[in-house]
Amino acid sequence: MASAFDRIADIIAETSDVPRETIRPESHVIEDLGIDSLDFLDIVFAIDKEFGIKVPVETWTQEVNSGAAPASQYFVMENLTKRIEELVAAKSGG
Amino acid sequence: MQLEYFRMIDRVVSVDAGAITAEAVVPEASPVFEGHFPGHPLVPGVLLLETMAQAAGYLLLARLGFARMAFLIGSKELKLRRFVRPGERLSVTARLVHEGSGYSVADAAITSADQRICEVREMKFSLQDFPAPELAGTMRAQAARIGLGT
Repeated sequence: MASAFDRIADIIAETSDVPRETIRPESHVIEDLGIDSLDFLDIVFAIDKEFGIKVPVETWTQEVNSGAAPASQYFVMENLTKRIEELVAAKSGG
Repeated sequence: MQLEYFRMIDRVVSVDAGAITAEAVVPEASPVFEGHFPGHPLVPGVLLLETMAQAAGYLLLARLGFARMAFLIGSKELKLRRFVRPGERLSVTARLVHEGSGYSVADAAITSADQRICEVREMKFSLQDFPAPELAGTMRAQAARIGLGT
């Protein structure tokens, strides 16, 4: 099976107008890839379905807006991938 | 239905955690029909979409205990199969497809006398705090009017 990064990058490319080859581990989905909030919600819906999880976007957004966490923690591709992997592991009890 | 006031749902027939069925009767006369279209009155397709969105919206409001508002932010596919004329009695159904963090997704359809009229897939709603207290009160009043417990 493809890596979590590749699966997420494929979803972003299929859901938005971002060319797949421009999506790299260091890419910031908002600042580098130009994903807006509406497209990001479509991406989250696709990730929820693909991985069978519920990405806690509201909590992430609150943490970033309050300064409790840097945006890069959730919105840089390699970190986003880690967060998704953590959610999958938590769901499976692993 | 009061098309000009965007009151699209007349009565909730049934509702559970994942689905709602409602009734909507198209009025014989409405200012909307003066423009859409002169001599050939039809319910605009966008108002059929609005009707399906409102049914799904009431389902989500009930799930949320009227603590937040559901705002339509997109849909994947809309099919308008036939015209809807004044006086028609419509059955509107909506089904929750996915409940995410701060958003929900629903499918919906309208039939009349078991004939398919229109469907929409994957309507997405942003779930937000009510931006104004009077809106929260209005939604509760509207829900009570159509028989949806608050």
